[in-house]
Amino acid sequence: MEQDPGSARGPSRRGLLAGATGMAALPLAAAAAPSAPSRQPMEARPQMEITLRVNGRDHPLRLDPRTTLLDALREHLHLTGSKKGCDQGQCGACTVHVDGRRVLACLTLAAAVQGRPVTTIEGLAQGETLHPMQAAFIKHDAFQCGYCTPGQIMSAVACVREGRASDDDQIREHMSGNLCRCAAYPKIVAAIREAALQSERA
Amino acid sequence: MRPFRYEHVADSGQAVKVAATATGARYLAGGTTLIDLMKLDVMRPTTLIDINALARDHSEIRLDGGQLRLGALARMSDVADSPVVRREFPLIAQSLDLAASPQIRNMASLGGNVLQRTRCTYFRDTSWAACNKRNPGSGCAAMQGENRRLAVLGVSDRCIASYPGDFAVALAALGAAVDLEGPAGRRAIPFEDLHRTPGETPDIETTLKDGELITGFSVPAASWTRRSLYLKIRDRQSYEFALASAAVALDLSGGTVREIRIGLGGVAAKPWRAHDAEAALTGKPITEATAQAAAEIAFTKASAPGELKFKPDLGRRTLVRALLQARAMEV
Repeated sequence: MEQDPGSARGPSRRGLLAGATGMAALPLAAAAAPSAPSRQPMEARPQMEITLRVNGRDHPLRLDPRTTLLDALREHLHLTGSKKGCDQGQCGACTVHVDGRRVLACLTLAAAVQGRPVTTIEGLAQGETLHPMQAAFIKHDAFQCGYCTPGQIMSAVACVREGRASDDDQIREHMSGNLCRCAAYPKIVAAIREAALQSERA
Repeated sequence: MRPFRYEHVADSGQAVKVAATATGARYLAGGTTLIDLMKLDVMRPTTLIDINALARDHSEIRLDGGQLRLGALARMSDVADSPVVRREFPLIAQSLDLAASPQIRNMASLGGNVLQRTRCTYFRDTSWAACNKRNPGSGCAAMQGENRRLAVLGVSDRCIASYPGDFAVALAALGAAVDLEGPAGRRAIPFEDLHRTPGETPDIETTLKDGELITGFSVPAASWTRRSLYLKIRDRQSYEFALASAAVALDLSGGTVREIRIGLGGVAAKPWRAHDAEAALTGKPITEATAQAAAEIAFTKASAPGELKFKPDLGRRTLVRALLQARAMEV
């Protein structure tokens, strides 16, 4: 029988956080209501019908045109592996592949990738078998807090595929769009170097 | 982000037609400048015209009858990786390789790249009221502020914002042309005329007319394009804008300069071509002394207030090094 590991262990941390925020917001809103000027209901925003093709599956969605690919993945498809770091194209934590190329999901509108194949960190492993790059990151302990790791790995997979992982300097140059505040860089480089060698042999 | 209407278009004719009927419309290609500045509330388009489908007609990278043709929807990474560009126009490939990050180079189109906006902090941060570029007539907070990344050439007393890009500096140096399509039809203009210096109206950055769309670039292949390079000096080794850069293309004959083209980046209000420095070197050998004399000429009119004091000298030394490296190239 297939079981959702999240529900087996009780409510997820994400579910708890979302619930707690909702509860906290209620008394605040109630307290503010009497003094606040009467507000018009928010004007209806035009929604777009957008089909996102993520990790081999089509997802028809109704989205505000402002929705970035990153928010569509995280908030609408609940694929929270892609991380929101800076949300302005500087840190690389949101790196995903579109048409097989690494891009920043935070600066991409969902509407602009309608129907094009998107791969996220959730789409890398084959069932229980990790992608060689994921395995290399674990083997080399290539992270501390882990927040940048999904973006690092998506970028690293592309870096190897582009043929830009032949030596450490080249890896550093072609991974410069992915920041790691814990500065795990030496181990990230080591993991990529090993995964690149493996893919050469394969 | 403010709400906007989103339109997909299939070709340049349709793009221009939609732009002509919508007020406050902007073309969207890679979005690496536009979406960023919309999130910051600096740019506030009410319609976005998604032109990515135009890549079908406008993403060529081709050497054709002595002209390099680059479609406006070609992506930075594809142009940088093109064998013909790497072989025949090293400075173009280098200007793209050294810009941004791999992810951004995969996203950004050439047309959008040349139109990227300044990185001036006071332009990007709307909590600063004084920015003549963002808010005409409000003043310039950068004059007395943190301005070491800003410009020393082509500036005015209204604005000292620097043009931040690299590829455009190579295009300016090489005398490229830019192809435009607009409501009034098609035209081509010298690339050097695309960007304006700020003067009294720093909010008007280009000579594009309402609704005009960049469809491509033509770069003449010439005796100087192979011996060419782009030297970029910055605070970090990678993923950083230029503090100073130099694009040099050189035709040497028996050790003397037959033809030379020089562009300067990171130091000027627009992609800068140093015509006077080119003239000073033509017919002479390139030595430390002639290179320094040319660099002096290039920065004669530099204005360097506050933190910018270091920049004319950095710009001169960058140009001297680029000239000597170009001389030493094996072609």
